[in-house]
Amino acid sequence: MNAQATTYNEKVVRQFAVMTVIWGIVGMLVGVFIAAQMAWPFLNFDIPWLTFSRLRPLHTNAVIFAFGGSALFATSYYVVQRTCHTRLFSDGLAAFTFWGWQAIIVLAAVTLPLGITSSKEYAELEWPIDLLITVVWVAYAVVFFGTLIKRKVQHIYVANWFYGAFILTIAVLHVFNNLEIPVSLTKSYSVYAGVQDAMVQWWYGHNAVGFFLTAGFLGIMYYFIPKQAERPVYSYRLSVVHFWALAFTYIWAGPHHLHYTALPDWTQSLGMVFSLILLAPSWGGMINGIMTLSGAWQKLRTDPILKFLIVSVSFYGMSTFEGPMMSIKTVNALSHYTDWTIGHVHSGALGWVGMISIGAMYFLIPRLFNRKIYSTRLIEAHFWIATIGIVLYISAMWIAGVMQGLMWRAVNADGTLTYSFVESVQAMHPFYIVRFLGGVFYLVGMLIMAYNVWRTIWGAKPVEAAIPAPAAAH
Amino acid sequence: MADFTNSFWNWFIIVGTVGGIIAMFWLNRWMTGPKRRADEKAKPTGHVWDENLQELNNPLPRWWLNMFYVTLFFGAGYLVLYPGLGSFAGMLGWSQVDQYNREVAAVDKQVGPMYERYLGEPLVQLAQNREALKTGERLFITYCTGCHGSDARGGPGYPNLRDNDWLWGGEPEQIKASIMQGRNGVMPPWGAALGGAEGVRQTAEYVLSLSGRRADPAAVEAGKAKYQQICVACHGPEGKGNVALGAPNLTDNVWLYGASLKVVEESIDKGRSGRMPAHAEFLGEAKAHLLAAYVYSLSHQATASAKGGP
Repeated sequence: MNAQATTYNEKVVRQFAVMTVIWGIVGMLVGVFIAAQMAWPFLNFDIPWLTFSRLRPLHTNAVIFAFGGSALFATSYYVVQRTCHTRLFSDGLAAFTFWGWQAIIVLAAVTLPLGITSSKEYAELEWPIDLLITVVWVAYAVVFFGTLIKRKVQHIYVANWFYGAFILTIAVLHVFNNLEIPVSLTKSYSVYAGVQDAMVQWWYGHNAVGFFLTAGFLGIMYYFIPKQAERPVYSYRLSVVHFWALAFTYIWAGPHHLHYTALPDWTQSLGMVFSLILLAPSWGGMINGIMTLSGAWQKLRTDPILKFLIVSVSFYGMSTFEGPMMSIKTVNALSHYTDWTIGHVHSGALGWVGMISIGAMYFLIPRLFNRKIYSTRLIEAHFWIATIGIVLYISAMWIAGVMQGLMWRAVNADGTLTYSFVESVQAMHPFYIVRFLGGVFYLVGMLIMAYNVWRTIWGAKPVEAAIPAPAAAH
Repeated sequence: MADFTNSFWNWFIIVGTVGGIIAMFWLNRWMTGPKRRADEKAKPTGHVWDENLQELNNPLPRWWLNMFYVTLFFGAGYLVLYPGLGSFAGMLGWSQVDQYNREVAAVDKQVGPMYERYLGEPLVQLAQNREALKTGERLFITYCTGCHGSDARGGPGYPNLRDNDWLWGGEPEQIKASIMQGRNGVMPPWGAALGGAEGVRQTAEYVLSLSGRRADPAAVEAGKAKYQQICVACHGPEGKGNVALGAPNLTDNVWLYGASLKVVEESIDKGRSGRMPAHAEFLGEAKAHLLAAYVYSLSHQATASAKGGP
């Protein structure tokens, strides 16, 4: 047997893991900068490509698709090999997904500040880049499902269900939301118009949250929590129920972004009803993550990686409670268009997606480079700094958002509005500063991570891990 | 039902929704499994991956399962009462448009009389009524600041309402008419008729000279001839403008789009289209009346505070 057949492909995992840290810093740095622009608008400097409107999509694309995407590629390639006891289906295609994905990120980083945009939220990239994404994504699906097909164990591990659902659904969402008619190399128009366009956009937008930022990261959770805790997954049947219920229900939830708009009443109702039903399937994942630790709770005291993973799942539970509540029309009437939404998104993004990715990288990187982590105390420091950052960020946005919503709806006895719009903007100012500070904390945590990772991997000579024989079926 | 091109899509929605809710209910029942003794430990499923990954087979937590059922029943109940199942309007017959209309009607009923009582008062008198002006200011902040600014001093293309310089006339009733019916100020593009950039520059120099601004004398002379030929129709022989057309007075050194030679050239070359939207239907006469009094008071504050108020 040649070495190819007896070892795992860890090269592509290493590449994506390192880029996760780098893109995390880039994306969060842009986020901190635009948070500062909200507090101090002169930071736009009247330079078009530095304005909030162009950097905001750069921030969201960088943290979701560059940071989050690299974390998903790294972990899914690692997990699918380990849980199938086989090497990746194709090293060449895997390498193509790495370089292709990096090229997409660089193209995004160039075109978005230049103002080249299709103006669809989280799908701003123009049609040539959309095509490249499609090609890379198909290659990703071939590598992932090809590996799954040649697995050496009969049962497919639960993490792979979630990765698989994420890859398939994102393919469908990406293609249908980005159907557009090119008019030049850098400009296209959506084939949908009016409220249909809005509905397709939020069908995509909310499922980018549901499948990219949830299903994919649940795949991370299902491998890295039991591995790090050295405990079995709490409940197989719970994973079956919440997987199918989650995959089915998420697809319907998009209309809650369009409450009280031109969207027909029946569509809004369905969006709200299925968003509420989504609560239990979401919490199924949280329960399975946290309860996996039962019998090993003491490890939380000493293991900062486990702290990242478990606190992440706690934030997941919190955001997935908040989301269904905000989808209720009467709550939405207050929360919609306010910074409450921004707070909600960031409790998911910084708390859930960010922390589980960071925890998984701290698990992976030393193993991938055959080194011990340079400093566990720095991981501990990163954990606390990141947690403080999240708390500052989301509490500032909650208070600010609810205040904003209340100010907008306050009326005088004569039926006129109590506050002008600009008064609500002024009232936000202190909270924008607190939010900026929260972002700075989170970014500093990432810089500590980068230093720790650099000291860990510098000069390392990784050895490809041998594939162990699958355990005999009981 | 206008939302569906044919009844297939109506049933597509209904079957998908009801079927989905039933399927999740069934999935939960199926996975709930037999009861366990209290002291019984969960057993592993027997599968092992990657050396030590295993799964226990704990039952679905009871509280979680109940929560799931509650949301399923709530969802089903909601879809019976409210629109959701295709073209079925729901038993309550609720719609967001009805809700909006009901809320607007309720507020109008409550606050309407407060505005109605001002309607009989002449505008000049109302402009000295402090209580009325307070409400007028609030209306202004809600509806007018988007264009005219929170200080009512306007901006490029949006008139300053404090300077007592009026495009369409500053009499109270004229202001009220501007609010009620809106205004369309059209300056046609004259670049071609004036013979291109040079002709435009000469005309602009002449226009600047009308308000005593320093200008190139040769260009002023050439521009004057062009002015008398073309511009005179709306802006008048002396450049005093015409409130019937909204043609600005060019002699007062007040500039809607900007005071520089470049901006004036642009106005002449490419024309301008200024639009004040009509508010009669949106606000109703009573609110427009009060707003007119408030706007009038902005440029007549000295008299207002000298004469009036409690």
